[in-house]
Amino acid sequence: MEQKRWELPPGRAEEGFEDKKPLFTLAEAVAESNRCLYCADAPCIKACPTAINIPEFIRKIGTGNVKGAARTILSANILGQSCAQACPVEVLCAGSCVYTGWGREPIAIGRLQRYAVENTLPKSPNLFQARPPTGKRVALVGSGPASIAAAGLLALEGHTCIIYERKQIPGGLNTLGIAPYKLKGPQALKELEWVLSLGRIELRTGVEVVEHATAPGQLAASELLSTHDAVFLGLGLGADSRLGVPGEEGPGVEGATHLIERLKVEPGFKLEGVKHALVVGGGNTALDIAHELALLGVQVSMVYRRSEKEMGGYVHELDAARLDGVRLVESRQPVEVVRKDGKVVAVKLAATREGKPVPGTEELVPTELVVMAIGQERATQVAKAFPGVELDSRGRVKVAAATHRTGHPKVWSGGDCVNGGKEVVNAVAEAKLAVADIQRHLVGE
Amino acid sequence: MADLSIDFCGVRSPNPFWLASAPPTNTGDQVMRAFDAGWGGAVWKTLGNPIVNVTSRFGGIDYGNTRLMGLNNIELITDRPLEVNLREMREVKRRYPKHTLIASLMVETKEEWREIIRKAEDTGADLLELNFGCPHGMCERGMGSAVGAEPKVLEEIARWAVEFATVPVIVKLTPNVGDILEPGEAAVRAGVPALSLINTIKSIMGVDLDRMVPLPQVGNASTNGGYCGPAVKPIALHLMGQLTRHPQVRKLAISGIGGISNWRDAAEFIALGATSVQVCTAVMHHGYRIVEDMMEGLSDFLDEKGMKSVSELRGRAVPAYREWGELDLSYKLVAKIDEDKCIGCQLCYVACMDGSHQCIHIPGRTEEESRRAGHTHIPKELPNRVVTAKAGTPGARVPFVDNDECVGCNLCQLVCPVPDCISMVELPSGKPSETWNDRVAKGTDFVPGGLDATLAARKAR
Repeated sequence: MEQKRWELPPGRAEEGFEDKKPLFTLAEAVAESNRCLYCADAPCIKACPTAINIPEFIRKIGTGNVKGAARTILSANILGQSCAQACPVEVLCAGSCVYTGWGREPIAIGRLQRYAVENTLPKSPNLFQARPPTGKRVALVGSGPASIAAAGLLALEGHTCIIYERKQIPGGLNTLGIAPYKLKGPQALKELEWVLSLGRIELRTGVEVVEHATAPGQLAASELLSTHDAVFLGLGLGADSRLGVPGEEGPGVEGATHLIERLKVEPGFKLEGVKHALVVGGGNTALDIAHELALLGVQVSMVYRRSEKEMGGYVHELDAARLDGVRLVESRQPVEVVRKDGKVVAVKLAATREGKPVPGTEELVPTELVVMAIGQERATQVAKAFPGVELDSRGRVKVAAATHRTGHPKVWSGGDCVNGGKEVVNAVAEAKLAVADIQRHLVGE
Repeated sequence: MADLSIDFCGVRSPNPFWLASAPPTNTGDQVMRAFDAGWGGAVWKTLGNPIVNVTSRFGGIDYGNTRLMGLNNIELITDRPLEVNLREMREVKRRYPKHTLIASLMVETKEEWREIIRKAEDTGADLLELNFGCPHGMCERGMGSAVGAEPKVLEEIARWAVEFATVPVIVKLTPNVGDILEPGEAAVRAGVPALSLINTIKSIMGVDLDRMVPLPQVGNASTNGGYCGPAVKPIALHLMGQLTRHPQVRKLAISGIGGISNWRDAAEFIALGATSVQVCTAVMHHGYRIVEDMMEGLSDFLDEKGMKSVSELRGRAVPAYREWGELDLSYKLVAKIDEDKCIGCQLCYVACMDGSHQCIHIPGRTEEESRRAGHTHIPKELPNRVVTAKAGTPGARVPFVDNDECVGCNLCQLVCPVPDCISMVELPSGKPSETWNDRVAKGTDFVPGGLDATLAARKAR
């Protein structure tokens, strides 16, 4: 199979961001790994959705068996590289480290994982050997973390995998959506290419799966079903949601994930004339974009309609964003975007009570940019194209919890389109469940 | 404030902390800086016939995040001209008359010994230390540990030294022998008033797995060197303890050497019979400055224990060093885990399961699960406790000890990372105190099912 390379153009804004948790040096990695107690029945393993044997890989780093450490990580989590950087370790593995409960600094598990994987894959990409071809074909819709993980695992079982990606740049949120101070696009693409190298995986970009194909580049769901032995839907989420307030349409108001994507892939991206920005929302996407804008030198206020305590975003992310200048405005909600000559000049904020604006409390806050981070729409149309695939009331693809099989016997699903938007590591964990069931379906194992 | 000064076979020293004969005592400038830092004495880097040293000459062993847990060297005696050393020694003694200056010596023939002892004493040295311990380079030439390992030769050369010398002579012993009492007794017969030990232990520090050359590497080869540093302390304490409980040898003054890095190590050597201690590796690692803490720590310790001088501490632990056959077989300990301190790491559990007697359990398991995990004995009562470690992360499980099965081996306490979380508790065994020697004396050393029983049963058939 021809090895494709996806190059991101130079001059992207994300290139200017510094790593918040840079790659450890050998001395740092060895010192940190020697600090690990090597717990038996370790709580960090239980806190990892993919159950990486963390004490084992850390011990291996300490003994100089870095390749073995990477093997331990990647056999549990095939996207161990991006997870090492993107995972909220503060609330997962490191958050449950016995040192944390003991009042001591937890082991820097993410950075050790990054050390092991990044120092191994360039030198020894052939850690795993795919089984002989089975002749089975699996289609994967979308090329985000769930599909990449599923494709890699299926390819190792000897199946042929074809990933269909609507966009020109593959990788989904891993390439386009992770805060650049955590993981940069080229790193995500490098990991993707490693997964592709594991076996018979073909990645077709610019192909949109639809109910009825009417234009070039479109592929009907029915055709997909008839030409493959199994289908995995890794659809992710759709466009950023809007508030529906006056003045929202037009330049100067951006969706958060769209803006993050522009920072990561658009050459020469600049925030011209933007001194102040207002980010609407209290989740992790809101925190990410607020933090990124602050690092670009913009004065950022996050506006959240409830209190800080009720925010969905992680405390450690808010703390980090505040250190870089982000200001949180609690219990406020925009009721109008104010424009002058078409340009955004201010936002009219109302105080809220129980998340609802209180009339008569409006105040004008000057700003040049408004970013909406209040959730994303669901990719429902694609899922609906597959007969039998059902959605729940919130637009998420319904699957059996243990197998991740949908209502269609040949269709499985995982990742954000199922869980409504979680971490990369959750997408991998769900892909593992789906692959185990697809494997039973294809070869009866 | 306790009196730190000591009397080492008639020689006064302001404190028991001496520098061992090694690179830290290579020159007069170094020894004077050491005395300024507080060291009470120094054994000058061994004098003898000129030698040439190799590079590299040191090898280190790290453990975890600890650097230089052990050190080895293939350096020989001083490589500086004898006259230079003697001139500097004289200068040091002139400027530091109250500090203890010890000349370490190593030569071959009787005449050489006579000559070098005369020259060393001329410098004003307070003591002479005969280097019968160096385990590399010099022993191949018939000196160093070649002498220390051969009691007859040791006795003869030591006798010459006692005859030639006007100041007290110390014999420095090598640990590279089967029985340390043999050279110890030879030294007593030779009439020396003092011993020092241990010299370094024969060792190969490691292997460079890329070049396939042992360490430390000299070109494309290496050789065995002398092992020292914190790792050798237990060996040194044992060998010294053997000597200090020997009825004749214990009458000699002993300078303890081997992995002494701080006041506590020094106190342990003194409690086991040393009068002075000699330090090298810790100084090579951290410099002369460590002596400040050593003096303060030992002084405060003596005060705390109500002892007025170092001599009161000397030998305090010797009577408790017994043969195995003199230990009480009825004494019983069991492990106890403090639930409030446990962090739930389960290191005690896994150590007991795989490394000891499977008597630590994880709560919340059924009997079937316990058996599958490898327990052959299920405790009569499974404690019904909250399955959480108060000092750990939520949900952490505190293991518990099966008291009936616990053999009191101590392993869980040794692996537990939390201070005072696991303690060993004395339990009344209900049996009178009895040693193995008692049993042999009473004829009750027969073990049912033992080899004798088998033999007897065969004969009866």
